[in-house]
Amino acid sequence: MKTKVMVCSFLFFIGILVPLTGAIAAEGSIQIKGSDTMVNLGQAWAEEFMAENSQVSLAVTGGGSGTGIAALINGTCDIAEASRDMKPQEWEQAKKSGHDVHEFKVAVDALAVVVHPSNPVKELTFDQLSGIFTGKIINWNEVGGKDQKILVLSRDRNSGTHVYFLEHVLRKGNEKGPEQYAPATLMLPSTQAIIDEVSQSDSAIGYVGLGYVSPKVKTVAASKMNGGPFVQPSKAAAMDKTYPIARPLLFYTAQAPQGSVKAFLDFVLSAKGQEIVETMDFVPLGKKE
Amino acid sequence: MRRFKEFLIEKIILLNGFACILFVILIFFFLAKDGLTLFKTVSPWHFLFGTLWNPLAEPPQVGILPLFLGSLIVTLGATVISVPLGMACAIFIGEIAPRWIRELLKAGVELLAAIPSIVIGFIGMTMLGPIVKNLFHLPTGLTALTGSLALAFMAIPTIVSIMEDAISSVPRSYKEGSLALGATHWQTIHRVIIPAASSGIVAAVMLGIGRVIGETMAVMMLTGNASVLPKTILEPVRTMTATIAAEMGETVRGSEHYFALFALGLVLFVITFFINLAADAALHQKQK
Repeated sequence: MKTKVMVCSFLFFIGILVPLTGAIAAEGSIQIKGSDTMVNLGQAWAEEFMAENSQVSLAVTGGGSGTGIAALINGTCDIAEASRDMKPQEWEQAKKSGHDVHEFKVAVDALAVVVHPSNPVKELTFDQLSGIFTGKIINWNEVGGKDQKILVLSRDRNSGTHVYFLEHVLRKGNEKGPEQYAPATLMLPSTQAIIDEVSQSDSAIGYVGLGYVSPKVKTVAASKMNGGPFVQPSKAAAMDKTYPIARPLLFYTAQAPQGSVKAFLDFVLSAKGQEIVETMDFVPLGKKE
Repeated sequence: MRRFKEFLIEKIILLNGFACILFVILIFFFLAKDGLTLFKTVSPWHFLFGTLWNPLAEPPQVGILPLFLGSLIVTLGATVISVPLGMACAIFIGEIAPRWIRELLKAGVELLAAIPSIVIGFIGMTMLGPIVKNLFHLPTGLTALTGSLALAFMAIPTIVSIMEDAISSVPRSYKEGSLALGATHWQTIHRVIIPAASSGIVAAVMLGIGRVIGETMAVMMLTGNASVLPKTILEPVRTMTATIAAEMGETVRGSEHYFALFALGLVLFVITFFINLAADAALHQKQK
C-alpha cells in the first residue's frame, strides 16, 4: 500500500515537472545576477516585463555586484547588476574571456547621511564627513555638536554602497586616494541595521539609501565644497544633481545587447521602467540621459 | 544473486563512509589552492601578525590579527558563559532530575539546538544589544559581549547533550560504591562521577568551542564588525567568519583580497580541525 502511494505521488510529481521544465526550456530566458541593493528593483522590472512579454522569462538573483560581474565573465548570466563600477582587473578578465562588455546606467541611488534626531548637527561638508569616517574627527564638538565621541557606522565591504561612499566621500572623488574607513568603524550587515543603530544611539552617524530614511533618524545636509551650499537629500535634489552623494546603478552585458536582452533594457530605460524605479524608492534617471 | 546484492550494498556503504573523508580532503585542497596563492605577494608574517585589515586599500592591507583576536575574545566569552551553565544543566539532567523533568529538559535542549542562528542573531539585536548598551553605558550595544552571550546559547545544546552522555555512561557501580561508603549525593557527583566522566566533559567543551568559533550569522549581526584590536569585551570586534561572509560577495575574483579571504578560511579550517582533534583525543582516552 505504502509503495503504491509513493509511486503514485512520484508519477504525479514527474507529471507536473515535465511540462514545467519543457515550458522554460522552450522559450528565451534571461539570467540577471548581482548587486543586493538592486535585487528588488530588478525583480520589479522583471515582473512587469514578463507580464507584457509572456514568451520571455527572467530570473533575478542577488549575491553582490562582484558575484554578478564574475558570473557575467564566466558566461553564467546575461545581465550583471552592479552598484559599483567594474574594476580594471575585471575589465581585463572580461577581455581575456572574449567578452565585449557594455555598461548601462539604469537608475540612481541617493545616499543620505543620518544621525540621531536629538543631534544638533544639521550640515556637514565632504571634508568633515571624510574626517569623521576616516577617524581624524572623533568628537561631535569638532563639527559643531555636543562634547561626545562619534560612533561611526558603515555598511560592510560586500556592499557597493560602502565602496561608493569610500571613493566619493572619504576620498572626495580621488578613487585611488589613501583614505580608509577608520578601524573603529562599525561595519553593519544591512541598511536596516544602520537605521536601527542610529535611532538607538545619540552619538551615531551612518549613511543609508534614500528609500530607507524614516522619522526615527535625522538626515544631514551635505556639501561638496567648504562653506556650502548645503543640500538636504531628496529625490528632486538627486535628479537635478544639486545633492552631491548620488551614485549610478548599472547593468553590464557581455555583448552588445540584442533580442530579448535588448527588449528588456529598452523597457528598463523607458518611461514605464523609470516609473518603477521611483516606486521602489530609487531615483529615476534625469531626462537628459 | 542474493550474495551479489549483499556485496553491492556493503561496497556502497563503504564508499559512503569514505566519501566524508574525501570531501574534507577536497575542501582542504580547494581552500589551500586559493589561500596559499596569497603568499606569492604577501608574506605570511604580515598576514598573520599585521594589525590592519583594509583589503580595499591600494595596496591591500590584509593583517588578520584583529580578526583573529576578535574571534578569540568572542569565543572565550561564549565558553566562559556556556561551560558552567551547560555543565550544571548536564549534571542536573544526568544525575538529579526525576525522570519526567529529565525528558522535558532533554527535549528543550534539543529544541534550543534547532533554532536557526539568524533567529538568535535577530533576538540578540533587538533585545540583547539594548540591554548590554544600557547596562554598561556604552555608545553601542553591538559588542563582543553581545556576540558571546548569543553564541553561548548556541553552544549550550552541544555541551549539554555530549556531557550528559558522558555522565550517564559512568558505570552504575561507581555511584553505588560511593553511596555505600557513606558519601552524600553531591559528594558522589563531585568526587566520583565528574572525574570518571572527565574525558567526555573535555570533549563536550571542545566541540562547544568548535561550534562557536565557526558561527557566522549571529556574530555578524551582533558584534559590530569593527576591525580594531580588542582591548575589552565591551568593544565592537570583527570575527574571521563574519569577515569572510561579509566580503566574499563584492570582491574581485582573483584579486589579493579574494585570496586573502581564502587564506582566512584556511586559518579557520586549521583551527577547527585541531579543536576537533583535541575533542576526539579526549574521547578516545576514555575508551582505553
